[in-house]
Amino acid sequence: MRAPGAHSLASLRIPRIVHPLAWWIWAIGLATAATRTSNPLLLALVLAVAGIVVAARRTEAPWARAFKWYLLFGLVVIAIRIAFRILLGGTHGSGEHDLFTIPHVPLPGFMSGVQLGGRVSAESVLSATYDGFRLATLLCCIGAANTLANPKRALRVLPAALYELGVTITVAVTVAPQLVESAQRVRRARRLRGDTTRGRRALRGIAMPVLHDALDRSFRLAAAMDSRGYGRSGDVPARVRRLTASLLLAGLLGLCLGTYGLLDTSTPRVLGAPMLAFGVALATAGFVVGGRRVRRSRYRPDPWGFAEWTTALCGMATAAAMIVVGAHDASVLNPSLYPLAWPTLPAVPTVAILCALLPAALTPPPPVDAPLPTRRAPARETVGANA
Amino acid sequence: MIRFDRVTITYPDATAPTLRDVDLVIPPGELCVVIGATGSGKSTLLGAINGLVPHFTGGALRGKVSVDGRDTRTHPPRELADVVGVVTQDPIAGCVTDTIEEELAYGMEQLAIPPAVMRKRVEETLDLLGLAELRHRALHQLSAGQLQRVAIGAVLTSHPKVLVLDEPTSALDPTGSEEVLATITRLVHDLGVTVMMAEHRLERVVQYADRIVYLPGDGTVEHGSPDRVFTHASVAPPIVALGRLAGWTPLPLSIRDARRRATALAAGVEGIVPPPAVPPSRQDPIRALQSRNIVVRHGPVVAVHAVDVELFEGEIVALMGRNGAGKSSLLWALQGSGPRQGGRVTVDGRDPADLSPGDSRRLVGLVPQTPSDLLYLDSVAEELTRADAESRAEPGSARATLDRIAPGIHDAMHPRDLSEGQRLALVLAVQLAAAPRVLLLDEPTRGLDYQAKHHLGVILRNLAAAGHAIVVSSHDVEFVAGTAHRVIVMAEGEIVADGDTASVIVASPAFAPQVAKILAPHPWLTVDQLRRAGVFTPAVDR
Repeated sequence: MRAPGAHSLASLRIPRIVHPLAWWIWAIGLATAATRTSNPLLLALVLAVAGIVVAARRTEAPWARAFKWYLLFGLVVIAIRIAFRILLGGTHGSGEHDLFTIPHVPLPGFMSGVQLGGRVSAESVLSATYDGFRLATLLCCIGAANTLANPKRALRVLPAALYELGVTITVAVTVAPQLVESAQRVRRARRLRGDTTRGRRALRGIAMPVLHDALDRSFRLAAAMDSRGYGRSGDVPARVRRLTASLLLAGLLGLCLGTYGLLDTSTPRVLGAPMLAFGVALATAGFVVGGRRVRRSRYRPDPWGFAEWTTALCGMATAAAMIVVGAHDASVLNPSLYPLAWPTLPAVPTVAILCALLPAALTPPPPVDAPLPTRRAPARETVGANA
Repeated sequence: MIRFDRVTITYPDATAPTLRDVDLVIPPGELCVVIGATGSGKSTLLGAINGLVPHFTGGALRGKVSVDGRDTRTHPPRELADVVGVVTQDPIAGCVTDTIEEELAYGMEQLAIPPAVMRKRVEETLDLLGLAELRHRALHQLSAGQLQRVAIGAVLTSHPKVLVLDEPTSALDPTGSEEVLATITRLVHDLGVTVMMAEHRLERVVQYADRIVYLPGDGTVEHGSPDRVFTHASVAPPIVALGRLAGWTPLPLSIRDARRRATALAAGVEGIVPPPAVPPSRQDPIRALQSRNIVVRHGPVVAVHAVDVELFEGEIVALMGRNGAGKSSLLWALQGSGPRQGGRVTVDGRDPADLSPGDSRRLVGLVPQTPSDLLYLDSVAEELTRADAESRAEPGSARATLDRIAPGIHDAMHPRDLSEGQRLALVLAVQLAAAPRVLLLDEPTRGLDYQAKHHLGVILRNLAAAGHAIVVSSHDVEFVAGTAHRVIVMAEGEIVADGDTASVIVASPAFAPQVAKILAPHPWLTVDQLRRAGVFTPAVDR
């Protein structure tokens, strides 16, 4: 079902949810772009673009508040990367700028390739920072997709042939956040017993009731899904079901490998685009085989209109431009460390990354809940204005 | 519509079958209420209707269960989803999606109902259940009553012929459960749905029932019209107890019927001062707890707003009010473990919030809403020994307390295997090991049957007589009427009424117990009061 006038620009004013797949394509495009460069200015730009789009288009749902945690996680990644580089400083070329020296720990002969401690140079710290920053940006791009798209809506794409997998994932996605809540409840309750022990015994005191609770809830949810008819296509012949499941799982593996190949420049080329295509083909075959006997319908499916095309294409364009620029002249994207040089902001990649900012304006805003007597509505206004 | 043919269900590791040789035929369009004590097999009976028992729970089923001609042996629950809709006790546990609309559509999606039909049915159901203005609301923002209505709506959209409800109102306040029950009766009357419903608080449902399915507890099942079954069933609402005492036949089931029958009884009690429903607390009350200006906030929401509470030794106070009125927040704040943004609590000249958890529980003990949160060891004996150690009490004192309040709980039993009532008693014994002056209980009556509730009432009265000050939060008006000296009603975080039980609940349409409604305006609360006053002389009977 396509929303009336989904193509026209005017429809972009009407609040609705953008298809989760579009956000995922956009985010993967942005992530691909991030992996192609170690230029901190470009990476910062990617991060800013992701942040602005998230701020402009996220909903009020609980998962939509997670972006700041991804940012925090990114900082941790950078810190770990730098800490390891300082500890395992590695060998030094001549002409590097020493920052400081930490005590050197001699290692036995068979570990001669590893150096623990010693002189720390500005170049090595900087290179670790760039590396860490790239990884952190990548994480935040995926985080942006998770923030913008409802994970449960994305799950609805799963074909009925994967019944067990579907139940497992749905239960996990639903029960995991509840675990946090029940852990808090049990911890509070334990204080009532005056039990302030710490360590292993305390863990047992919290873990036992929480796990019991989680098991209980998972079971009840699975029973409820079953009672409500989930997986009714279970009477598809077992052979067809097995075929569908193996096609889909193989396709998924191909997709993962292909994405990895595309993202990591050092892997053989065959692991990149060809593997991705192979994965897509397998998965499609799985959907076709499984879909033939699926008896399920969709309530108000998310339409795929102008906004979705724009979002997906912007992400893909950014990735493509960065890949082309990288193949043409990699030095633009990777600032020189030997000798040390200030990173610059090259024109073409900058424009390419800014292209991914378009969805912030060219998608409809998320729908506002039925107005609550709290500060929701005005808050939304301000966020929109900032974008 | 539903047919049980010599059905015997035995769970693995069970020594005796839970249900034995059950023969049951439920014709279409009936509202059946399943009654029986905890553990008598109500949930098993209900689960067998759509095949969750034994497909999901394990166990062996002999005989045959069929619904609308479909045998549950060959049809797993998902293949019965278009005929049977199931609503469980805890609605949030069965929610698969995030918003009301998606939840309502979920079942239809699985049944491959065309999108246009789905859209129409969702709109109809939203109107039928009065949820239209909440349609986009996330499920976690709803109140318990609204959630329960969503859960009912979610199975209704598939247009099932049978609706199975397992204690649909157990978590709801009196008004919320009225809403849900009104919805259910409307479905039976207007749409001809067959309803099978288990319920502990019978006073809420018997008047709507066409048929009662009674499980005496030995695995057998007895069924028939309400006035026939209730002549001898061991579980009965106050209205039936009153009718039995007064010798009314047929037994009245609705307040209206009973009022008509009670004209003679009402004349008989004219001028008699009712004996107290609860043995009175002491004459010269000693203040056990004083609190002033308590404020509790959860983020932007003010849960408790400048509340003053005083508790006295030997007194049982009931805390009532809607779901979300701030009852739990107040109890946690009084205990000292919960958040408190303002105000002061004083017990023995000290504020429990300033003390370590080990010391504050010596002043104020709290039994939380899910008592099992406090239990994590493998046997009753270990829990009790640990409780003694935590409270620095004499070894064996927790055991002695447990034996006094609930005899017959063996050392070797696993706390998870106890019945709801026994588990509550165990937690109570654990908390009493610290000998707190003040004891708070958050919704202890949830999931308890009449016998267990009666027993809890006796325990609380004995504790009060021993000098404890007790607060019980509860939605159960009958329990409150027979147990509490004083009632505090909260709304929106404030105390709106505070006074002795009779004066607070008799006047309130939502909180009045059945006896008070029948004998209004005379201030009688419980059947027990009438019995003790000796008003049931043959002259009063008809």
